[in-house]
Formats: sequence, C-alpha cells, structure tokens
Amino acid sequence: MFIQQISVFIENRHGSLTDFTQLLGENGVDLIALSIADTTNFGILRAIVSDNEKTLKVVRDKGYTANLTEVLAVAVPDVPGGLAGVLQLLRDNDISVEYLYSFVRRVGNDAIIIFRVDQPERAGNLLRDKGVRLLEQDEIA
Amino acid sequence: MIFQPEIETMGREEMRALQLQRLQQTVRYVYERVPLYRERLDALKVRPEDIRSLDDVRRLPFTTKEDFRANYPYGLFAVPMKDIVRIHASSGTTGQPTVVGYTEQDIDMWATCVARLCAAGGATREDIAQISFGYGLFTGALGLHFGLAKLGAAVVPISSGNTERQIQLMADFGSTVLVATPSYALYMAEVAERMGMMDKIQLRVGLFGAEGSTEEMRAELERRWGIVATENYGMSELIGPGVSGDCTEKCGMHINEDYFYCEVVDPATGEPVPEGEWGELVVTPLMKQALPLLRYRTHDITRLLPGPCKCGRTTTRMQKIAGRTDDMLIIRGVNVFPSQIEGVLIGMEGIGPHYEIVVTKKGYMDQIEVKVELVDAGLLNSYGELEALTRRIHDRLKVVLQIDAKVTLVSPNTLKRFEGKAKRVTDLR
Repeated sequence: MFIQQISVFIENRHGSLTDFTQLLGENGVDLIALSIADTTNFGILRAIVSDNEKTLKVVRDKGYTANLTEVLAVAVPDVPGGLAGVLQLLRDNDISVEYLYSFVRRVGNDAIIIFRVDQPERAGNLLRDKGVRLLEQDEIA
Repeated sequence: MIFQPEIETMGREEMRALQLQRLQQTVRYVYERVPLYRERLDALKVRPEDIRSLDDVRRLPFTTKEDFRANYPYGLFAVPMKDIVRIHASSGTTGQPTVVGYTEQDIDMWATCVARLCAAGGATREDIAQISFGYGLFTGALGLHFGLAKLGAAVVPISSGNTERQIQLMADFGSTVLVATPSYALYMAEVAERMGMMDKIQLRVGLFGAEGSTEEMRAELERRWGIVATENYGMSELIGPGVSGDCTEKCGMHINEDYFYCEVVDPATGEPVPEGEWGELVVTPLMKQALPLLRYRTHDITRLLPGPCKCGRTTTRMQKIAGRTDDMLIIRGVNVFPSQIEGVLIGMEGIGPHYEIVVTKKGYMDQIEVKVELVDAGLLNSYGELEALTRRIHDRLKVVLQIDAKVTLVSPNTLKRFEGKAKRVTDLR
C-alpha cells in the first residue's frame, strides 16, 4: 500500500542542490518524483527514487542527514477535478494532508500524486475501498 | 597514584613557607639577572629584601605577553645561551611568536611537574601513551612526552593528523592513554566510530589540554571513548603544560604549588579578588632558571579552590578555565564566553557536538550566529520538527547568554574539525 520516500536535509547555500543531484546521477539513481521546499536556512528534499537502499547509503556516506518515510502514491485521473475528488474523500474522513507533490511522469492515463497524511493506514484503506488506485513500490522503479 | 607524596600532600604551612623562600629567591634572581625586572623593581622602589611574606607578592610588577614581544627573542632570558638546552615558541597567532628557553634543570623540573599531573589523571608506568599533540615548537607534545617518560609509561610520539592511521595504530599498539586537545580527541572518536574500530581500542585514560573546554565536552569524550578524561593546564610562557591538572576526582586542577605561585586578580584593576572568587589567573614560576617571570598575566579566567581533596593531595586547586579575557565576546554590550555556548550545545539531542560561532555587525547591531550539525534524521518528517529544534537551541542559548542568537542547522561533517587547538569563533566585526 505504501511506497518509500527519501527525505534529505539540504543546506540553503549556493550549489547545494546541484551537488546533491549530481551525486545521484553519478550513482545511477533515477529521480521519479521530487519536491523541495525551503525556509531561509535550510530545505528538506523529498524524492521517490529507483533504489531506496542504495540511495540512502550513497547519500549518508557523503555526509547528508537522510531517512525513509512511507507515503501513498495515488493514481489520480488526469482530468479536471481528478485531484479534488481524492482530497474530498480524505476531508470527509477527517484525514489531513501534510504535504503532496506529483510524479514526473504519468502512468497510463493517470497522474501520480505523492501524499503524506496524518493517518496513513486509514487513508490508504479508505482510498482503496473507494476504488482509487495506489501504486506499490515495485510499480514505480 | 601520587607521584611525589612528600610534596603533593605537604602540610599547608610547610608549603607556604617553601613558596615564600622560593619567591624571595626568584625576586633576588631576576633583580640580578634580568634588566627589565631590575628597572621595574627600581621604579617601584621595591628591593628583593622587601619581600617578607607571600602577601608582599602584590608589590611586584606584572609581566605580560607584550613584554615577551618587546624583548623578542631572548631578552628575558636569565642565563647565557651556553646554559640553554631547549627553545620552544608559542604559535603567535598575532605578530611575533613568544620564545621560551629551558636549562637542563628546567627540563627536568618540567618533566616532574607533568609526571605528577599524568599520575593524578590516572596514568601509570604500565600505560602505553599515544601523544596526538603536534610535535614541534609547541610545548604540549614534548611536555607530555617527557612527563610520561618520567612516569615510566611507554610513549608513542605519533603527533597529530593522519587520523585514520592514528586510530589503526591505537588499536594495534594497544594504547591505553590518549594525549590530545579535546577537540581533536572528539574528532578522533568520530573517525574511530566511522571505522568501526571502537571495540578494538583499549583506551582507558584521556589527558587533555592545550585549549579550554567545558564539563559537557569532558562528559562527551568520556562517553564516546569509554575513558576517564582529565584536563591539565599550562602555557608556554610559564613552562608549557605542567602548571596544574585534574586528579580523577575531577573537582578542580591541582596546582604544582611548589613550582608555581598562583593569584587571582580583577582583570580590570589588577587587584587581588577575595579567595574563591573568579578573576584572571596570575602566575609566578618559583624555580625556573632560564626564563624566570614575576606575576605573569595569563588572561585565563578561573578561581582558586583551597582545601583538601578526596584524592589525598593538599595542594590548592583551580577551577576549569571559564574563558580567556581576550576570548570574551561583547555582543550588544553583553559579555559572552564561547565556553558558555559550548556548554549549551554539547549533549543536546538531535545535533552533533561540533559548532561554529560567527559574529557580524548589521548597522549598529551585533549579530551572533551559531552553526550546528543536524544528525537526527528522524526530524526530517516535517519542517515543524526542525524548526522546533532550532527554537529549542535558541531558547537555551538565550537563558544562558541573555541574547538572541541565530541558530543555523548544517549537514553533518561540514563544520571544521581540528587536529590541534580549535578555532571556533569568527568575529567579522
């Protein structure tokens, strides 16, 4: 039901994102989805990658603070109102979204949106019961 | 073990009588041999025979680092060069280095002083002592080297740097004593952990010195290495390491009082403070031949702790140095010692023990920024947790320093590590 997301602490200084993405590139890690937000001092980069264990090792060996988090990869119909429908379901069931971001590519006719919510188990079961497709880890690499 | 019980457990009256006799001898000696002191004593109208009690030390002139500079390199020496057997110099971060000389007898006395402190810190002749101070003009490495040799320990003069090799040899040689600056010892511990070598290391005693540190730093070093960590104190002008050092009770550094007469004065007025109060340490070496000094201003802030110690020694102790008068930062009119900041940071959850302090001026306002390394990846789930950590550090600093510091989280292993004396403050004002 869940897929693994890697979160990495990135300092807010010139070139730090370049250094990081180059490190992934040199190690043959494919970025499947990516989100970065920052405060004035630091950012947290969140990504879905082709090989979690390898990425975590490469990144930690290089001295980054990083960890893995479970998130939902939700297949949302790529039509107007598609995302709103999913969010409506969550709201009606008092589940809050902490953050979300989208896949770089589409899967079939669907856009893939990554959700991090406050009640992951409930949200996953709810969406599945309502016929919303959730991607599994082995579908994304 | 007490290296010289006849001195270190001597009765107080007996010690004071010995100090007075040696002080009188020192004043006579410098009056006869060092032009600077003859001029100063004459100007103050003080004759050597005027020193009749230890309190008369107040009548003597101070000596400062500037006196060393003005008499560079050998102007303060009291013996001809044929009697000098060793020359050292301090790093001299600003301007000329400070040059010091030793006669054969000075070298022997120095080794005795250091041997006492090593024994007080728990070292014995059974130990294998790895000296990870940088060898050279710096007095630290050779000071500990000769002291440990006098104690009878097996000395490994590995010097500083090449840290992975240090760790490998520490394991291979079975080193049981480490001599280093606290900051380098901390970095070595990180490297040993990273190499997965901690299990193979038999270290049991750390003899640290050459830079100030806090109780929190000591606790961190003891925890990471699984050792008893003590600190010793000295400076090249006075002899090098060997002035005072902790015993394993860790309740203040025992002063080698038969060789060093210590006072604490108000740094602004030079007047003695009441016994037990904080102030600047002023030291008069009592038996030095090559470079005798009167009342050297150390700029180190401490206080004297008289009274017997559980270890059995009767010598006066001095508290861990709280800071240096010239390290003190004045931030928006508030006095801040870097050691206060270290005390807050070390041991805090979520961050590593390394830090950097940057002071800048924005308009008329001083700004202080404290950089620390984020090590707890569990906090990456949300910004809220990282911001809460930053706020927690900020608030703790505020309680201790009374000022708002900007706290910046950086990635692990990005702040500078030190192989010798740490330099953690950058003042850009």
